[in-house]
Amino acid sequence: MISCEQATIICNKTQYREATFMEKLKLKFHLFMCKTCSAFSKKNTELTSLCEKAELHSLSQVEKKRMKAQLKGRI
Amino acid sequence: MIRHELHPDNWVDNYADYLFNYAVGRVSDAEIAKDLVQETFFAGLNSAKNFKGDAAERTWLIAILKRKVIDYYRKINSKKGKAEVRMNYRSSSDSDGDWMEEQVADPFSTLENDALENEELGSAIYDCIGKLPKKQALVFNMKTIQGISTEDICKELGINPSNLWVMIHRARTALMGCLNQNWFNI
Repeated sequence: MISCEQATIICNKTQYREATFMEKLKLKFHLFMCKTCSAFSKKNTELTSLCEKAELHSLSQVEKKRMKAQLKGRI
Repeated sequence: MIRHELHPDNWVDNYADYLFNYAVGRVSDAEIAKDLVQETFFAGLNSAKNFKGDAAERTWLIAILKRKVIDYYRKINSKKGKAEVRMNYRSSSDSDGDWMEEQVADPFSTLENDALENEELGSAIYDCIGKLPKKQALVFNMKTIQGISTEDICKELGINPSNLWVMIHRARTALMGCLNQNWFNI
């Protein structure tokens, strides 16, 4: 049986599809037993789908650096 | 009333993503959106002396960006022969339907509403990300929005994976709290 801390880490990894099969199995079992983690997992998954739904776009660090440099030249 | 001041040094860090997201939603081309954001910053610098301090910095920059988007569309439409509104009969499908009938908006379509709602959601998320500590916001952004792999982020920022997951966890928990009232329907 894994601890709640371990369960949260696996739950976060699951949001980015980086949990292994064994980890997912352990998580499933833990969620079955633990109401608190189960609620957290539900919200966490909802956050992921919200982020996907919003179709966020952002600039990479390199692009921001370039922007900054160009802006600095004009200040 | 609070008087707002401009801090051009922090513009890129604070508003670039927000403005970029706004621009991409309107021109649907990342390169053009990037240029528009850059132009917005330049225009902001040039007219900084006209800034009266009534609006918050971001509101003011968004107002400039709006003008830039309009200018962009005006420019691509003013090229010769393109000025008229284009209304083509969709020849790709079997074109034996009634033209007028096909132009009428579908009253049951939820697409437009969804687009509006998603845009609001997007700004809400960016508002919340803006409230995070800088490092957390950066890690969350790279991981969730830019979809960079754990390994690459660790290399670029010089942190180890467990460090990264702790930051992701804190960021996500904070975001859940911040978005909670309006957006979660659990």
